[in-house]
Amino acid sequence: MENVVCTFCGSVCDDGVFEDGDVRKLCALGKSKFSKKERIKAPMIDGKEVSYEEAIEKAAEILVEAKRPLLYGWASTVNEAIRLGVLIAEKVGGIYDQCASVCHAPGTLALIEEGVPGGTLGSVKNRADVVIFWGANPVEAHPRHPTRYSVMAKGLLIKDRKNRKVVVIDVRETKTAKLADIFVQIKPGYDYAIISALRAIVKGEKIEADEVGGVPVEKLYELAELMMNAKYGVIFYGLGVTQSRGRDRNVENAIKLVQQLNRKTRWVIWPMRGHYNVVGAGEVPAWEVGYQFAIDFSRGYPRFSPAEFTAVEALVRRDCDAALIIASDPAAHFPRKAVEHLKKIPVIQIDPHPNLTTLLSNVVIPSAIAGLEAEGSVYRMDGIVLRVKKLVETEYWSDVQILEKMYEEVVKKVG
Amino acid sequence: MLWIKNGIVIDPKNGIEGEKMDIFVKEGKIVEESEVKKEECKVIDASNKLVVAGGVEMHSHIAGSKINTGRSMRPEEMRVVRNVAGKFRAVVGRVLLTAPGIGYEYAKMGYTTAVEAASPPIGSPHTHEELDAIPILDKAALPVFGNWHFVFKFVSEKDQEKLQAFIAWAIERTKGYGVKIVNPGGVEKWMYGSNVRTLDDEVPIYGVTPREIITEVVKANEALNLPHCVHIHCNNLGVPGNYETTIETMKLVSGMKNENRPVLHVTHVQFNAYAGSSWRDVSSGAEEIAKYVNKADNITIDMGQPIFGHATAMTGDAPFQFTLHKLIGARWSNKDTEIEGGAGIVPIVYLPKNPVHALQWAIGLELGLLIDSDKVVISTDWPNGGPFTEYPYIMAMLMSKRMREKELERVSPYVQKASSLPAIDTEKTLYEVIKMSRSLPAKILGMENKGHLGVGADADIAIYNINPNEVDPSAEYDLVNKAFRKPAYTIKDGEIVVKDGELVAETWGRTFWVDATKKVSMEAIEADLDEYFQNYYTVERINFGVDERWVKKPARLEVS
Ligand code: SF4
Ligand SMILES: [Zn+2]
Repeated sequence: MENVVCTFCGSVCDDGVFEDGDVRKLCALGKSKFSKKERIKAPMIDGKEVSYEEAIEKAAEILVEAKRPLLYGWASTVNEAIRLGVLIAEKVGGIYDQCASVCHAPGTLALIEEGVPGGTLGSVKNRADVVIFWGANPVEAHPRHPTRYSVMAKGLLIKDRKNRKVVVIDVRETKTAKLADIFVQIKPGYDYAIISALRAIVKGEKIEADEVGGVPVEKLYELAELMMNAKYGVIFYGLGVTQSRGRDRNVENAIKLVQQLNRKTRWVIWPMRGHYNVVGAGEVPAWEVGYQFAIDFSRGYPRFSPAEFTAVEALVRRDCDAALIIASDPAAHFPRKAVEHLKKIPVIQIDPHPNLTTLLSNVVIPSAIAGLEAEGSVYRMDGIVLRVKKLVETEYWSDVQILEKMYEEVVKKVG
Repeated sequence: MLWIKNGIVIDPKNGIEGEKMDIFVKEGKIVEESEVKKEECKVIDASNKLVVAGGVEMHSHIAGSKINTGRSMRPEEMRVVRNVAGKFRAVVGRVLLTAPGIGYEYAKMGYTTAVEAASPPIGSPHTHEELDAIPILDKAALPVFGNWHFVFKFVSEKDQEKLQAFIAWAIERTKGYGVKIVNPGGVEKWMYGSNVRTLDDEVPIYGVTPREIITEVVKANEALNLPHCVHIHCNNLGVPGNYETTIETMKLVSGMKNENRPVLHVTHVQFNAYAGSSWRDVSSGAEEIAKYVNKADNITIDMGQPIFGHATAMTGDAPFQFTLHKLIGARWSNKDTEIEGGAGIVPIVYLPKNPVHALQWAIGLELGLLIDSDKVVISTDWPNGGPFTEYPYIMAMLMSKRMREKELERVSPYVQKASSLPAIDTEKTLYEVIKMSRSLPAKILGMENKGHLGVGADADIAIYNINPNEVDPSAEYDLVNKAFRKPAYTIKDGEIVVKDGELVAETWGRTFWVDATKKVSMEAIEADLDEYFQNYYTVERINFGVDERWVKKPARLEVS
């Protein structure tokens, strides 16, 4: 089968070739997604194997009986499953949150403050003569992004790598920096200050300092000059910007810089989203209930509050009394205090593979792997929708099947 | 089966003007009396009530990346709670709404069909996912063509055969309903930081002009004989003096004719009806446009009426959105899309005392009043002009000079000299506003079973608590305004979904799409498609578009 869609990172490459259980053309990360890995064997309640129906019924019971269950994960499943998750959260008066709340949520907060002047990856491929990676390391996190969309990609106006200047701004010399024409090393936590300096230069103001955030001022002038002279530029920012001092303020500041640059030439800015469908995990609840993450339904209508209703906040404050975790491993990644609470409450897990969260889950429901054993739609990092395919048959239920049944059971119980 | 008894029917398509009659419904359709067994019918007593077809929304931004980015960008919009979860979905939203809210709110106004007016082609699966999340309504989406490089290419090669094949291919792939054009050529120029200013400005690389794009695409649309005519958002939107561009655009199709519908629908014309040379001396160009449209026999428009209060500008006209952002200093989202075009979003608020906003408001009404009721459709271009839930206000205003006089007192006096609204005596009749919200949009869209109550029509019906033979809309405008906000019944496909203004059932409508692929030879464009997808797209050709089986309730309309 050709034109297979990869379900690993936000690049969502759609040119894989699948043959005899093997996949070609994708990068090593993508290939690993299609190779054989340990699976959860069967549905379980408290360690005992049960049928899907029993496990789902039990899960529904937990969700309905809880005062405020947390439904978390969603970035590595398909939109159809996410939609059902949102509907269940609404029905049971729980909290819907997704992986963005621990990575790119600051980008969403910046969107709220300033909007986002962006473009699809195809715009970059076709037009961008200046590409900046800021606190992002695609060579390791999105391996084919540089070849398909950004660094080496050829298109309408960019016919050759030489037509494009690539800049990497980071706290250390990453592998991506090695691909760059210009590498700007900055001191950790100085993103905001450097963006402000660039804004000042673009505005025509003078910088009264020798260096900003470890970067000599001459170098900043050069960079600003390069930006102003670009025909079509792009800033791709990563967790280095959203998870360092300043967080959403960094992104907001960068957006203001891009707004200014558009008064002279064309620039866009876009986050390097991680999981293959973390964008869908925000888009689907946005159209269903108005917000992207950190949504509480305990009053019967959606409320959005990143300071209260993210998974980590809800767990640390012990504001939830049950949890459904799908396609995610908070036990491995969340702060200790959050995991402690997770250990105390009933947990339902839906996942193809066992992980640390499996160990503390009361109900474990194995699922088919989306993009290999189940189909559905997903959103690439730039919001382009792709349909991931079912390539092989499986005995496992898909996330959609599981959640459809769970929704049914929940509706039966709450009416 | 339904028996709607003793209602006072207004059904412009069938020439029925306030007659007392019974309507019969079976299996979702309106049928002859002889088709039903009366004893098995549910009887609805419609005595002294107005019975009309369900409203047809032909231009609204109900689904896809723009509206959804708008929601994410504006949580302040989403904080208004309209419905608590229970029998029906929770609904939030002030002017912007969640997808379930869109279905509920249209139905609660007696509207039963709505068309998404601008779907980025590569984003069509997203558009359809959101359409599928809208309950009750029948839906459709218009993919955007005016800045798509395939179109530039085939227009520059003057190759009608290829252009037609491409349009058929694209509508099939996107499960779209018709051809939308947004600022043809201008959005491509935005990729270089500028915009087109005249119909003769050239697009980089291809050398084509808006004039050529519009002319050739309309020709192709007519050759394919698609149900809907070309639906255009003109160049120079939001620019003082642009009414001339609008009329010039309309002139491009003079001489072209279609028996069943117009050949060009010009949308949200209020935003394209400004005279003057700057925002300081801007005035209304509505009279000139009205004169042209009334004379022409192949053009229709919709109003794009601004409603005072909050709104969100969201269009495929990316350079306009940037200009707006600079003008008012508000937040700005932009999305350049592969080689297809772009879009932008900017929050706005229309203030009655602001001279420009008041003028925009006046221009929308001028267009609604001065243009014949078989050529102008009611719209706010939701959410660009504000909430669609204010259609009852627009209808009441069109029917009452007294209401307008009262409203004029609270708006900037600038409209007195810059528009003709204060001098307009016209009062549209109930029959006319029903036409402007039902039979006319259905006709422009080529939806034969919508917008009327004749036998064979879909049983989409609205019943309002006014008797057209007794009410005087000119004097009783409050009554009319209230009645249209609270239908006694909204019936969708023969099912009662709203009673006394409250939702009573959630149903799921269809998504119409048009298949014209049998009319063309796809071979003609195979090589071009492959070349462009290989070189300029970031998705494989085979992964582009929407398969019918992904859509919840698709309804294919084959063009032969
Ligand atoms: S870059 Fe990402 S999407 Fe592409 S093949 Fe690698 S892991 Fe998969
Ligand atoms: Zn519009």
